[in-house]
Amino acid sequence: MNRFAELLDRLAYEPGRNNKIRLIADYLRKVEDPDRGYALAALTGALSFKHAKAGMIRTLIAERTDPALFALSYDYVGDLSETVALMWPSDPAQRANKTPTVTDVVETLSTLGKAQLPAQMTRWLDALDENGRWALLKLVTGGMRIGVSARLAKTAAASLGDKAPDEVEIIWPGLEPPYLELFAWLEGRGDKPTNLDPAPFRPAMLAHALEETDLAGLDAADFMAEWKWDGIRVQAVSGVDQDGNKVARLYSRTGEDISKSFPDLLPSLRLPAAIDGELLILRDGRVQSFNVLQQRLNRKTVTAKLTTEFPIHLHAYDLLYESGDDLRDLPFADRRARLEAFLAKLNDPRIDISPLVTFDTWPQLIAARADPAAGGAGLDAEAVEGVMLKRRDAPYSPGRPKGPWWKWKRDPMIIDAVLMYAQRGHGKRSSFYSDYTFGVWNGDDQLVPVGKAYFGFTDDELKEIDRFVRRNTVNKFGPVREVTHESDTGLVLEVAFEGLQRSTRHKSGVAMRFPRISRLRWDKPPRDADRLETLEKMLDKSGNKVPA
Amino acid sequence: MRPEDILVPTPSGVCCKPGGFHIDPTRPVDKALITHGHSDHARAGHGAVLATQETLDIMRLRYGDNFAGSTQAVAYGETLKLGDTTVSFYPAGHVLGSAQIKVERKGLRIVASGDYKDVPDPTCLPFELVPCDVFISEATFGLPVFRHHDAAGEVSKLLRSVALFPERAHLVGAYSLGKAQRVIALLRAAGYDKSIYLHGAMEKITAYYQSRGIDLGAVEFVRGAKKSELAGTITICPPSAMTDLWSRRFPDPVAAFASGWMRVRARARQRGVSLPLVISDHADWDGLTATIAATGCSELWVTHGQEDALVHWAQTRGMKARPLDIVGYGDEEESENPAPPEGEA
Repeated sequence: MNRFAELLDRLAYEPGRNNKIRLIADYLRKVEDPDRGYALAALTGALSFKHAKAGMIRTLIAERTDPALFALSYDYVGDLSETVALMWPSDPAQRANKTPTVTDVVETLSTLGKAQLPAQMTRWLDALDENGRWALLKLVTGGMRIGVSARLAKTAAASLGDKAPDEVEIIWPGLEPPYLELFAWLEGRGDKPTNLDPAPFRPAMLAHALEETDLAGLDAADFMAEWKWDGIRVQAVSGVDQDGNKVARLYSRTGEDISKSFPDLLPSLRLPAAIDGELLILRDGRVQSFNVLQQRLNRKTVTAKLTTEFPIHLHAYDLLYESGDDLRDLPFADRRARLEAFLAKLNDPRIDISPLVTFDTWPQLIAARADPAAGGAGLDAEAVEGVMLKRRDAPYSPGRPKGPWWKWKRDPMIIDAVLMYAQRGHGKRSSFYSDYTFGVWNGDDQLVPVGKAYFGFTDDELKEIDRFVRRNTVNKFGPVREVTHESDTGLVLEVAFEGLQRSTRHKSGVAMRFPRISRLRWDKPPRDADRLETLEKMLDKSGNKVPA
Repeated sequence: MRPEDILVPTPSGVCCKPGGFHIDPTRPVDKALITHGHSDHARAGHGAVLATQETLDIMRLRYGDNFAGSTQAVAYGETLKLGDTTVSFYPAGHVLGSAQIKVERKGLRIVASGDYKDVPDPTCLPFELVPCDVFISEATFGLPVFRHHDAAGEVSKLLRSVALFPERAHLVGAYSLGKAQRVIALLRAAGYDKSIYLHGAMEKITAYYQSRGIDLGAVEFVRGAKKSELAGTITICPPSAMTDLWSRRFPDPVAAFASGWMRVRARARQRGVSLPLVISDHADWDGLTATIAATGCSELWVTHGQEDALVHWAQTRGMKARPLDIVGYGDEEESENPAPPEGEA
């Protein structure tokens, strides 16, 4: 447990992705089976223990500590598990020689009844030190919250055998903790495990961003184009298990099983296949904007009211598998033909094909992207985020290969805003003021904050802004500095963003989607920055995004 | 006789009227007895200062030769007659030269402990238990969540990180008086024999420790070192320097911080630390309560930190206990390490 505790502790503080991978890989390399496998299961969210609840932990600590001292401590620390881990009364000198291993904890909890749990937890808490207790409580109550995604943990595991993360991803759904066969394969001691899952996730293919100038080097005849919808990229998979039962699952583009959030789509996945597509809300045949789709995200329960008011729909882009045939090595044009035929056979109102954007020359495509309504998207244009270019002859390759697929987003909306506050960043940026709050002028000629951005600038620009912040600070609030923002002195930032929404949480009444700093306008005095009315005009009648 | 007939707590420190002196006053007074050299306890501008030789030397290093009208070095265990009182100094185990001060009058013994810790520290004499009737304790870590018993374990965590990330520099934030030298000594005890780099702000105090015979091995200054040379090295710096422009000379630095505050995650996160090291020069909760009980005192005065919890604890044990509201203790970091001017290369 101690090594696992140290790993969790370091991961919780480490901001860098690559450093997190190194820390996990180092742990997996040094720790033996089956401990490391259960640890990997914990990091990928594959474990859950139904009886261990915060209430039980609270009861245990209340029996052992002075209530006034507990209250003062909890108030200071602010987190129940952490408070308990730190103040659990145990004498290091009296501690048992043997601390529980991750395996002890996982295997015991999987069979232990609810009634025995408090006594067992007590024995473990007595045997561990502060960090060990903290890790134990994190493990048993679930919710690691240490900034590690399942994908990241799998990437670290793959690095043990110098494998591509997608190789692990493909076989993952067929694996069970403590993953002995996975480690055997990664360490060259065994064969690659096979995935027996009837509805597995297949690692998604992703696109690179395209600039208009890139078109000169590309031949329009080599490509097909489709709309890039502003929804959720998913993979809808259907198969039949060994007992002949139908299994249908919906995965996010990173392979997370999100079936539970969209149970209303699953009955439509009747035929064995793997569809790559975009999840959208369709009302009266019209694709709704992302703001509408957002109402269905992060819900604990999916009610009938929700599924009626926000009917789910799948726009299919690609077909990766159909009835025993892996189609991923076929050229895109052939897969598209298979997709059309498959959807005709499926004949389901909730799933249809995402239409192609017709063009023969780049200027035609440029025009369609500039005005999707006229370019074929019609009334659905509001949900179009841009266009996708796919080479006709390209196979479906996992990851983000450069060349076969391009995403070409619509031009963002742009405003000029004034830098008001800057906050120090984290990790590599901890000595830089890298998070910026910016504002525009309101009707009373006051600057009101309208958003926050912390990317979009180059490293050199970051240094320039940092220098400006340090030299023009008028107030300090902990890690935040207020910088000068008068009508004639201050820094104007060109801010690009993808959409606007009305917001009651922001003083300005508007909220931006994906704001980023696109240019530094040293040339512009703050008084010439944009006004709140400009933003209000950008909001369309329904409060949704509109083209710039 | 009441304890208050000997020592009276005032907002600017504890005053001994029958002895004609103050202990660790926070404003200039005629005669001051100083427990240790941290700047929240040792200030410049008093008429006469009585302290251990080390504390006087440290004050001179920090404030210059004219930091007091006159000085008198007091040896540990030596007995002084001051007015109507008897005074002696005992090791407090906090930093080099740190002392507890016992004031006795007509059989009533009060010990002002200053800051103290009851665990081994290779850079100073160990804490000496002094039986007394009234004990004046700090409470910097006066909550039962503060437990920092394994400094050596924290240092091995640091060394494991250095081994795992050989291309990065490790910056260890540490107070420049005491903590910095203790961390270096702990690294040596763990077998780390490479050069340890120092921020310029630690130069004088560290050289002073070495001059007092404390073996810290080879230390170098960061000044002038190339970025590439700093990969795989450990540098000790004031905590404030970690977020300063100064830190940009290091290759992808890992921000470590050696402090008792690192026990609590929210505190570590506020400081932007990615490798918290729980190493403290103050007694933790178990140390405070064990020490207080062992002095045999019937009355406890609590000076600074989390007074409420310690006062509550003492009262449940049948002691008389009260917090002293002395303004200005407990910010040794802020007053000790003014950030170097920005833009300093």
